[in-house]
Amino acid sequence: MNSPLNDRKAALMGMGDSRLRKEDARFIQGKGNYVDDIKMPDMVYMDIVRSPVAHARIKKINKEAALAIPGVLAVLTADDLKPLKLHWMPTLAGDVQAVLADEKVHFQMQEVAVVIATERYIAADGVEAVSVEYEELTAVIDPFKALEKGAPVLREDLAGKTEGAHGKRYHHNHIFTWEAGDKAKADVAFSAAEVTVKQDMFYPRVHPCPLETCGCVASFDPVRGELTTFMTSQAPHVVRTVVSLLSGIAESKIRIVSPDIGGGFGNKVPVYPGYVCAIVASIVLGRPVKWIEDRVENISSTGFARDYHMTGELAATKAGKITGLRVNVIADHGAFDSCADPTKFPAGMFHIVSGSYDIPAAYCRVDGVYTNKAPGGVAYRCSFRVTEAVYLIERMVDVLAQDLKMDKAEIRSKNFIRKEQFPYTSAFGFEYDSGDYQGALDKVLNACDYKGLRVEQAAKRADPNSPTLMGIGLVSFTEVVGAGPSKMCDILGVGMFDSCEIRVHPTGSAIARMGTISTGQAHQTTYAQIIATELGLPSEVIQVEEGDTSTAPYGLGTYGSRSTPVAGAAIAMASRKIHAKAKKIAAHLLEVSENDLEWEIDRFKVKGQDAKFKTMKDIAWAAYNKPPAGMEPGLEAVHYYDPPNFTFPFGIYLCVVDIDKATGETKIRRFYALDDCGTRINPMIIEGQIHGGLTEGFAVAMGQQLTFDAQGNIQGNTLMDYFLPTFVETPKWETDFTVTPSPHHPIGAKGVAESPHVGSIPTFTSAVVDAFSHLGVAHMNMPHNAFRVWQQLQASGVKS
Amino acid sequence: MAKKLITVTVNGNKIEQAVEPRTLLIHFLRENLNLTGAHIGCDTSHCGACTVDIDGQSVKSCTHLAVQCDGSEVVTVEGLADKGVLHAVQDAFYKEHGLQCGFCTPGMLVRAYRLLQDNVNPSEEQIRAGMAGNLCRCTGYQNIVKAVRHAAKTLQTAKQAVAA
Repeated sequence: MNSPLNDRKAALMGMGDSRLRKEDARFIQGKGNYVDDIKMPDMVYMDIVRSPVAHARIKKINKEAALAIPGVLAVLTADDLKPLKLHWMPTLAGDVQAVLADEKVHFQMQEVAVVIATERYIAADGVEAVSVEYEELTAVIDPFKALEKGAPVLREDLAGKTEGAHGKRYHHNHIFTWEAGDKAKADVAFSAAEVTVKQDMFYPRVHPCPLETCGCVASFDPVRGELTTFMTSQAPHVVRTVVSLLSGIAESKIRIVSPDIGGGFGNKVPVYPGYVCAIVASIVLGRPVKWIEDRVENISSTGFARDYHMTGELAATKAGKITGLRVNVIADHGAFDSCADPTKFPAGMFHIVSGSYDIPAAYCRVDGVYTNKAPGGVAYRCSFRVTEAVYLIERMVDVLAQDLKMDKAEIRSKNFIRKEQFPYTSAFGFEYDSGDYQGALDKVLNACDYKGLRVEQAAKRADPNSPTLMGIGLVSFTEVVGAGPSKMCDILGVGMFDSCEIRVHPTGSAIARMGTISTGQAHQTTYAQIIATELGLPSEVIQVEEGDTSTAPYGLGTYGSRSTPVAGAAIAMASRKIHAKAKKIAAHLLEVSENDLEWEIDRFKVKGQDAKFKTMKDIAWAAYNKPPAGMEPGLEAVHYYDPPNFTFPFGIYLCVVDIDKATGETKIRRFYALDDCGTRINPMIIEGQIHGGLTEGFAVAMGQQLTFDAQGNIQGNTLMDYFLPTFVETPKWETDFTVTPSPHHPIGAKGVAESPHVGSIPTFTSAVVDAFSHLGVAHMNMPHNAFRVWQQLQASGVKS
Repeated sequence: MAKKLITVTVNGNKIEQAVEPRTLLIHFLRENLNLTGAHIGCDTSHCGACTVDIDGQSVKSCTHLAVQCDGSEVVTVEGLADKGVLHAVQDAFYKEHGLQCGFCTPGMLVRAYRLLQDNVNPSEEQIRAGMAGNLCRCTGYQNIVKAVRHAAKTLQTAKQAVAA
């Protein structure tokens, strides 16, 4: 125990250590436990009959042929859910969503009926055998047309309601109008401006497409009156509360378990009709019911991402100093608003749209609109619409730079919030915690030889025989993660705190549980690292669990990169409660006052006397064996952490592309990503999060899109067309970092996992547009696939 | 539907079972044999999460009928470790952080296991091309490439040790 300090510290494998993952052993041997691995006695299978059309009345559902198939146990429709008042369900956005279509269907692939059978193959046969008669209605696909006077009424269930969950509705297809900032002040900035620029842009509808789709095993035990449901949920405690409210079963008799989840990416935050139907079917049949959706169902009917039609405006001086920002957005939310957001923020944290820049006057407005499409909006590493916000401001700064013929790195430097301005209050009221943007920008520009790249680009532009166009993309973004302070943020009324409970065992190992739930971000490893450093116990023997509502403390789940900011803080605080008690025990054991003790890695020692100490392991034993008089035995603590603010990580991303003039194919030559998420818990894990997020960004910017034809048929909703890059397409990533800790966070750590997605997408667009900027192109809408870029080459008259 | 009796060797164990002709191999492995390592990530044969090794070839088991395996030797992720010792590809995925959610991992491992038998010293490009039938949503592939290289080195070193 007297090994050198460094060895003792290293043995903990705590904060800052790129320790290998505890999760891996089971996953590399096929011993993970994902929802579809679960088998229960008597378990049956549910499959869903879905709408073939986008908008239609349901005239009749014929079940008989399905019920005649041996092995088919039941076919449930909205009529079976009505007595339970479950044919509609509440959403996180304060709207309602049809569980099974009642009088009409609102989008193609909507849930219409469910078939329960003894085997999944028979359930699929049953789905084929159900026939539904429809009377088609005109589909509304374009959100701008949805708001026209004579547009078809989509939501007949809301007839006469001029007030929604987020204020006045001025049209039957209008969901909400949400504003932030100071419009009058922004208008003044624009009327007084030397220069103004304006740009329309569309952030296309895409899908998070986790490799494991959504599913559940619902098991109602009629003897005990208890419901257990294993499900792909990123917020199992919230689900338990919602299920209790809807079913009338006490929360103490509902157990929701998120087991291992094969990626979430925001797709697994909402409650989907499939879960509700499986639970109802299990209650009706008194046996476990499994539901696992196909890929096509996942892409077509579960939470999509983006679909923001944005108009940005910047006011500035001729010297490039931004004086004002105005933004207008038409948000396509699909048929029901089930956009996952804190209750008071129907457009999420979109008002982070002033970005990394000191903009004195700013205003934004978002209008949500119903269309005949699946619900969603917030998903896919968006941090509650921060993807859209960062895209908007970064595109606009490029547009302004181009208008002023100013370098895009220089204009950013000119407008950055300076290091000494933090904590900085933005025109939209966010208080950015910390940042050093210029330092990070300089590091990236040097690493990539930005000046050299511009020289090369100029030479290429001067050479008519160059077979490629060269583009340089640059983005300097500020994220907002860690929702959030309960005075601002709640999910269906529950404040967005999170929690941790740590119990140290007599022999010095520990079990810890949190209210978050990993879907691959390695919480079992990194949470143990935080505790290891706080308590001086090796992370190896600190067992971390999440996802079981019967054992883990109540938390709000994992999304919005909130785990490190909120649960990470709760972990440190719970550890510190244990640490404080341990100090009292140590003082008692060493027969000194607490003031005479100092903490050193894994032990309390008497100041100035190296030989007199008690390790945390010694103290754990004493806590059970012979606690000091008047002190409770045992050594454990719980902490529920209500964050004082969000965390604001940032990044500088640079991308170089070469576009083939003949084919429109874009090759990513280089992508350099610097992220600063404050104190780094496990650099290896962060790097993995960055690689994954950049790859998503590449996919979104360069190829992904869900489109609809005029009849409302969803297009490209399988992996036949929906672009998921393989090893071959995916660029190689270069990563870098600086460390600017969050001053309000117990360990100075900020969230990071969504940064690479948020930041990379506008970087790709910036690079592709930059390749055309000398031809007068200010913006190109995503995706930048070969066909679309080729069209731009044609339009710009580029000869190959 | 009439069932057909098949005999298939899975991870060295001889299995005799009656299956419906329409039963996909992936469901046979997962549902009948409880070998739930192989996963289902799509319905169009793109993702490769279901990859297993059949008679020396990487096969997407969602695109193969169980009855087609009558008489075959099948290796799944559960069969890679030998008496509790991880196979070089498993160890390398661990060491190089080649997995996050773990859902693509069994398919990736079984594919890498075959790739490194077909090409004992693949270049980065050969690894990327050779693994292109397997999709991953978490890692961005970069660390998987590192892992496959790492495994290749380990296997070569082991082979040299045996030769010496």
